Amino acid sequence: MTPTMQPHLLQQDAKAQPIDRVIAQVGSVILGKDRQIRLALACILARGHLLIEDLPGVGKTTMAHALARTLGLEFHRIQFTSDMLPADILGVSIFDRGAGAFKFHPGPVFAQVILADEINRATPKTQSALLEAMEEHQVTTEGETRPLPRPFFVIATQNPSQFVGTFPLPESQLDRFLMRIRLGYPDNTAERALLKGGERRDMVSHLLPCMNAAELLEIQQKVRMVHASDALMDYLQALIARTRQSPHYVNGLSPRAGLALLHSARAWALMHGRNQVLPEDVQAVLPSVVGHRLQPTGDHAHHKDLAENLISAVPIP
Amino acid sequence: MDNKPLSFRNIVWLLLALALVAAPHAERLPPWVSIFAGVLGLWRLYIAQRRLPLLSKWLLFSMLGAGIAGIYLSYGVILGRDSGVALLVLLTGLKLMETNSQRDAVMVLFLGYFLIITNFLYSQTIITGLYMLLVVLVLTAAWIGCNRPSHDYPDKLKLHLAGTLFIQSVPLMVVLFLLFPRVQGPLWGLPQDAYSGTTGLSDSMSPGSLSQLTQSDAVAFRVKFNDPAPNASTLYWRGPVLWRFNGRTWYGRTYAVSEPPELQALDKPLRYTVTLEPHNRDWLFALDMPGTFPPQAGITPDFQIISNAPVRSRMRYEVASYLKYQTGINENPVALRRALQLPRNSNPRATELAQSWRRSAGDDSAIINRALNLFRKENFYYTMQPPLLGEHPVDEFLFDTKRGFCEHYASSFTFLMRSAGIPARIVTGYQGGDFNAIDDYFIVRQADAHAWVEVWLKQRGWVRIDPTAAVSPLRVEAGIAAAVPATDPLPLLVRHDYPWLREARFIWDAMANNWNQWVLGYTPQRQAQFMTRLGMSEATWQNMAIALLLASGFIMLGLAGMILWRLRTAPRDPVQLAYHKFCGKLAKDGLARHPAEGPQDYSLRLAQAKPLKAETIRSISELYIALRYGTLADKLAVKRLRQLVSGFET
Repeated sequence: MTPTMQPHLLQQDAKAQPIDRVIAQVGSVILGKDRQIRLALACILARGHLLIEDLPGVGKTTMAHALARTLGLEFHRIQFTSDMLPADILGVSIFDRGAGAFKFHPGPVFAQVILADEINRATPKTQSALLEAMEEHQVTTEGETRPLPRPFFVIATQNPSQFVGTFPLPESQLDRFLMRIRLGYPDNTAERALLKGGERRDMVSHLLPCMNAAELLEIQQKVRMVHASDALMDYLQALIARTRQSPHYVNGLSPRAGLALLHSARAWALMHGRNQVLPEDVQAVLPSVVGHRLQPTGDHAHHKDLAENLISAVPIP
Repeated sequence: MDNKPLSFRNIVWLLLALALVAAPHAERLPPWVSIFAGVLGLWRLYIAQRRLPLLSKWLLFSMLGAGIAGIYLSYGVILGRDSGVALLVLLTGLKLMETNSQRDAVMVLFLGYFLIITNFLYSQTIITGLYMLLVVLVLTAAWIGCNRPSHDYPDKLKLHLAGTLFIQSVPLMVVLFLLFPRVQGPLWGLPQDAYSGTTGLSDSMSPGSLSQLTQSDAVAFRVKFNDPAPNASTLYWRGPVLWRFNGRTWYGRTYAVSEPPELQALDKPLRYTVTLEPHNRDWLFALDMPGTFPPQAGITPDFQIISNAPVRSRMRYEVASYLKYQTGINENPVALRRALQLPRNSNPRATELAQSWRRSAGDDSAIINRALNLFRKENFYYTMQPPLLGEHPVDEFLFDTKRGFCEHYASSFTFLMRSAGIPARIVTGYQGGDFNAIDDYFIVRQADAHAWVEVWLKQRGWVRIDPTAAVSPLRVEAGIAAAVPATDPLPLLVRHDYPWLREARFIWDAMANNWNQWVLGYTPQRQAQFMTRLGMSEATWQNMAIALLLASGFIMLGLAGMILWRLRTAPRDPVQLAYHKFCGKLAKDGLARHPAEGPQDYSLRLAQAKPLKAETIRSISELYIALRYGTLADKLAVKRLRQLVSGFET
């Protein structure tokens, strides 16, 4: 091995190019939220569903919309309300006089990207209709099972649960979301640009796709191939073990949460042009992946601190 | 530690720990104190559960006043052992009623630790020790809980942490036990009432006094023979010798300690060590007849070994006895006169019988045989439940009831002898003992209490006669359990009915004996012996203090080392070793890698801090990443990494 051979180790992957374009384009609409956009994209690349939780008006819906358009995917938006029924999402069979038979009218869930807006406004029954579709990638109504399109993923937004008129998602359903991210207020510069700039909604509708569904599926396939070494598995397991032993958490991370962490870290690594997962990749996605899965034993600890404490408490082996 | 209010769960733990500490005291305290403390605990629990406000100071003060007054009325004193403990329990209960913050809780927990010590004032057995260990664990767990008030720490982890702390403290505990300079006697003077309630022989004997004692299976003493042990039937453990009789009761202690009486040995001395349980009296026990006596004691003319002070803690001493002996041929005439004295007009029928014997048979030994034959042939029974006797107990026993225990036989036999003009005295003590084959020693219990007679014959001096043996030879040969009827009440541990119980009892007693000998009996002398054996030239307290400090220092270092060893991230493969060397070099330069810092982040930080070395740093980091996290597995690459790291200089 000679030093001249080294640069290829971190050589940019050819497929990373469209990813960078996606990030740049979404970033032009959602200002100053580069990290959140990357996390959201990593979540999609890892074939996970995304939950965006924040105050009204910080751009949750706009971001979901921008992501769908930029990825060139078919997009449906479902605004959740408290009087919504499962059929409003899944679809309903109506008798067709002409054909003399029941005909199924697919609901808004039959799309590649579902934006489930304010999911915690719906009743648990309706929530679970969507969440089951998320898990199974298929819909069963009136005894018939219909597959959902591929790729299929859900971007759900919700208001913090202390807001009036919400049905907070139970832990078991939160677990179905690979990541939960928070947008937060924009910083000063971004805010100024936002105030000066045009109408966000118009901007989104003028966005051009940067890739198509086939390309996305291919990248998702590549994510699975990213190498995770034994040393990295050691680190991952040390992190999981810590959550199970430490008195600071009500419950430790489940095996599914461990897999979620690994897949997200793989996607993060690929997005950053690497073919192997580094501890830094795990650390980058960890707050979003475990934030909604770990409950602190005390009342005061903030979720973000929780993840940061976990990272700093576990040495990299 | 701060003043945050305690959570309900912490209060439950606190109450549980205190209940466990105080529980053994409950049987010793007056019932009202136990109930009062219990009610206070439950009250506190109720307040905590309902989130009610705590009691007012005035109510607490009045309860305190009432409590102190109650203790004074119950005990007559405030500062005794028993009253002190009662006061402590009461005050702990009252302190609970105003405990709401962590700081108060820690105060109460310290009181709990102190209450543990008070339990050892009453009992120092293995069981007590183990129980207190459990209590320490629970108290410590409660303490851990109180130190984490903001979130409810899981109970399992509390106990786990308490257990870990305990195990870590064991080596230190052992060193402190072995090396802490010992003082003779208890660390502080105990009040007088500390020794009440000990059982044992007294220096008087009336009908019923010994049979009551045999209801106790408490250990009187344990004996280890240096040579092969003699047969149990020859084991007469000599205690108080009784001379004076008032018609009903025999009284002892006629002589003070003086010159050792003359004793003519007829065989080799038998050497043995006695470990005497405290009995709060000053006499020691030895086999008939003791030829030597321990240095801290003296001997009376009638062969009672008298200690210099009442035996208030377990005492070990060595004695040598002669089982075959001759003594008292030249007995002092005053003593012989004393051995003939009887009260006037007492027990007329027995007096008449003895005098008739004297008239018909001239020889002393013939009279003795007639008396023994009387017991043997006239339907006398050996029982622990003899009928009550009236004004002339000897008469009633000999002619009417004919049922009695050893004190009845010894007493009436002595009475008959004296009435017939033969000098006689009663010896009380213990007879026989259980041989514990586990550790080769004899256990003598209160149930083995016995009384026998010594008569004085002209040519032979004082001769031991055991009239009980005439009635019930089994008593002497096989012990009390074999001799009394099966329906007689006997303590469970003395019975012979259950062989497995007997076996288990021997194992347990062997453990208890070792505990007594080596843990409780770790006296200054034993400590000095032990130190000398460890190679300490002079076992002064200064030397021991130095050794103590050194040993505890080493233990703390060892523990710290162990904990650090576990924290270290042990690199094993060459890639890790090389990278750790690289990190080590930079750590010396003030650029240590945080344990949770990934290699790429670290590399970026280093490159910023050392722009001149950025190229090498990047090469090393990239190679390391490729080897550790990538798919590169190439010996040449590992070698290259090692070369790069070796050549790297900050």
